[in-house]
Amino acid sequence: MKHTIFALVENRPGVLARISGLFSARAFNIDSLAVGETHDPTISRMTIIVDAKDERILEQIKKQLHKLIDVISVEDLTKKGFFERELVLIKVDSSSCSKQKLHKLTDKFSAKVLSYEGKKAVIEAVGDKDEISALLAALGGMKICELVRTGRVAIAK
Amino acid sequence: MEKKNGAQILIESLLKEGVRVVFGFPGGSVLPLFDALYDAPLDFVLVRHEQGAAHAADGYARATGKVGVCIATSGPGATNLVTGLATAHMDSIPMVAITGQVKTFLIGNDAFQEADVTGITRPITKHNYLVKDISELACTIKEAFHIASTGRPGPVVIDVPVDVQMQLAEFNYPHTVCIRSYQPTLEGHPGQIKKAAKLINQSKRPIIYAGGGVIISGASEELLELAIKVQAPVTTTLMGLGGFPEDNDLSLGMLGMHGTVYANHAVMESDLIIAIGARFDDRVTGKIDEFAPHAKIIHIDIDPTAISKNVHVHVPIVGDVKNVLVKLNRLVKAGQTKEWLERIREWKRRYPLTYKDKGDKITPQYAVEQIYKATKGDAIICTEVGQNQMWAAQYYTYTKPRTFISSGGLGTMGYGFPAAIGAKIGRPDKVVFDIAGDGSIQMNIQELATAIASKINVKVAILNNGYLGMVRQWQELFYKKRYSHTKLLNPDFVKLAESYGALGLRVEKKQDVEKAIEEAIAAPNVVFIDFVVEEEENVFPMVPAGEAINRMIGGMA
Ligand SMILES: Cc1ncc(C[n+]2csc(CCOP(=O)(O)OP(=O)(O)O)c2C)c(N)n1
Ligand SMILES: [Mg+2]
Repeated sequence: MKHTIFALVENRPGVLARISGLFSARAFNIDSLAVGETHDPTISRMTIIVDAKDERILEQIKKQLHKLIDVISVEDLTKKGFFERELVLIKVDSSSCSKQKLHKLTDKFSAKVLSYEGKKAVIEAVGDKDEISALLAALGGMKICELVRTGRVAIAK
Repeated sequence: MEKKNGAQILIESLLKEGVRVVFGFPGGSVLPLFDALYDAPLDFVLVRHEQGAAHAADGYARATGKVGVCIATSGPGATNLVTGLATAHMDSIPMVAITGQVKTFLIGNDAFQEADVTGITRPITKHNYLVKDISELACTIKEAFHIASTGRPGPVVIDVPVDVQMQLAEFNYPHTVCIRSYQPTLEGHPGQIKKAAKLINQSKRPIIYAGGGVIISGASEELLELAIKVQAPVTTTLMGLGGFPEDNDLSLGMLGMHGTVYANHAVMESDLIIAIGARFDDRVTGKIDEFAPHAKIIHIDIDPTAISKNVHVHVPIVGDVKNVLVKLNRLVKAGQTKEWLERIREWKRRYPLTYKDKGDKITPQYAVEQIYKATKGDAIICTEVGQNQMWAAQYYTYTKPRTFISSGGLGTMGYGFPAAIGAKIGRPDKVVFDIAGDGSIQMNIQELATAIASKINVKVAILNNGYLGMVRQWQELFYKKRYSHTKLLNPDFVKLAESYGALGLRVEKKQDVEKAIEEAIAAPNVVFIDFVVEEEENVFPMVPAGEAINRMIGGMA
């Protein structure tokens, strides 16, 4: 089962390596990991989506994270209400799709067309996992040239 | 205020931490540090290989409970520490390793003797630091010692670029540390302790399973009190040996793969396991699905990640073992375990730990027993890894904490001899033996020069079976006696010892064992005793890997 957890960590070099090292060394599966500074510049916040087979593995993941000296706190958002968002940038081959048509499509997903030049268009979308998947499915007719995503960030209600 | 350079600050900080002895080896990136060591009021032990420095610092820490300190240069010096750090990490040993690093502006350039030491050591240390700014040096050292020695202890690496060692700064050593992201839980939860006491008071067949945490926390007395009050038998892990007096009636010796038959039976038949500072390692539990099927489990440990990692725990208590036991002891009542103890006594009678006498030939078990007799159980016994380690665990009776020093978690061959050097420096009042294998001793044999040069009077008892015996044993039992690359062609250990200036003794007959041990103990020198022992002796009882721990071979006669 997927769990959305976040960790507050010291904003120091090497912390990300500690966390990714922990996940690979203990064979924990990460679906997504996003890091950024918080309103306190000495603290970074990591949102980690993990795939844990059972409660025991999830507990281990949380405890092992917390055991790292640079980790201040770890919390599981899964059982609380929370918002989850990801930003995706997509470059598509738009030769088969007019600018208007593309705008119409992206509007439906509250996505934006950032540029439409030559045969390429760049689209920006923000949403939760399902919204992003739905947009990608809707773009299915077009060839995707490049796709980049930030990883999911989450916050409790 | 007068300014000092980084190297001086480092040394002053060590002194402030109460460090009196440092093990190490020089090189280009620690030249300023060695210059400061030249007239520092510290004992410096020059090893012959950095691995030896790490193990010696570790052995010192295990023998004394203090933080062990070692120093190595950048690149190859630091990478040579790696096995020693991993060994200490697995066994939760407080250590601080200081490594030189190339100049700050060269880091990342593949400079001469550069290695990414914080990267390499990240998964095998409790924490590590690269100090790029002289203003952070003193507080980093303060933090490092704090982290190494508190909570679940472990090794900490401080990587110090050579230019930082030369920069000048005012020296202010902080009095206290507060790390917001590091606050180990020391007191057990009172509600959980109450629950545990209730289970203990109801139990008819309790067993205490004690690990290295008892020794680290200094909780032997509290453990003894608990066992006596509850009348619960006690089995220890390899790391827990010495945490409970093995000459006590309630002692079942060691459990697990090479544990006693009665300890393993008792665990399997118990209705309550009280795990104290132990971590349900696979060498202890055997086949996990069949482990202790009737038992509820109470688990006391300072490390929350140790709890419910391998087995489901009914009453977890996170906290320092000693603190928790003091409180628990107030709540437990005299146990109703008479029948249970009688059953255990019967197992002890039926399946004692024994070996066959081989007439004139020396059996390794006999040699270990004689070391026990000669030292009256008062020595510090270090071990290498393999059969020698298991016989040292089985046939010496440990009654005091910090008297058995062995690489448990990592199982590092070559550990025992340098660890013995460290232990002897920490406890000069004690006779210190390394019970060694002929294979393992050659992995850090160069430390003979260290022992001789620094006059560290350790005794090495080689159980020389001419084999990488433990591997040979597995090949005999599980690979149709195909002894693939386990037969050893050994040097003449007596001549070898003599060439370094140590005393070498060879013993080939059982009747000469006692005398040789007494001679070794009496000699004011480093001694190698080469016990030429039965070649194909096996360690029994034995639980084959992956089996339930009551399915033992050997020892069930
Ligand atoms: C550094 C290292 N390499 C390999 C091993 C695997 N190993 C475990 S026991 C053993 C044999 C040890 O031989 P010896 O020191 O002669 O001890 P004996 O078992 O014969 O008493 C080996 C090779 C190990 N534990 N450590
Ligand atoms: Mg051998």
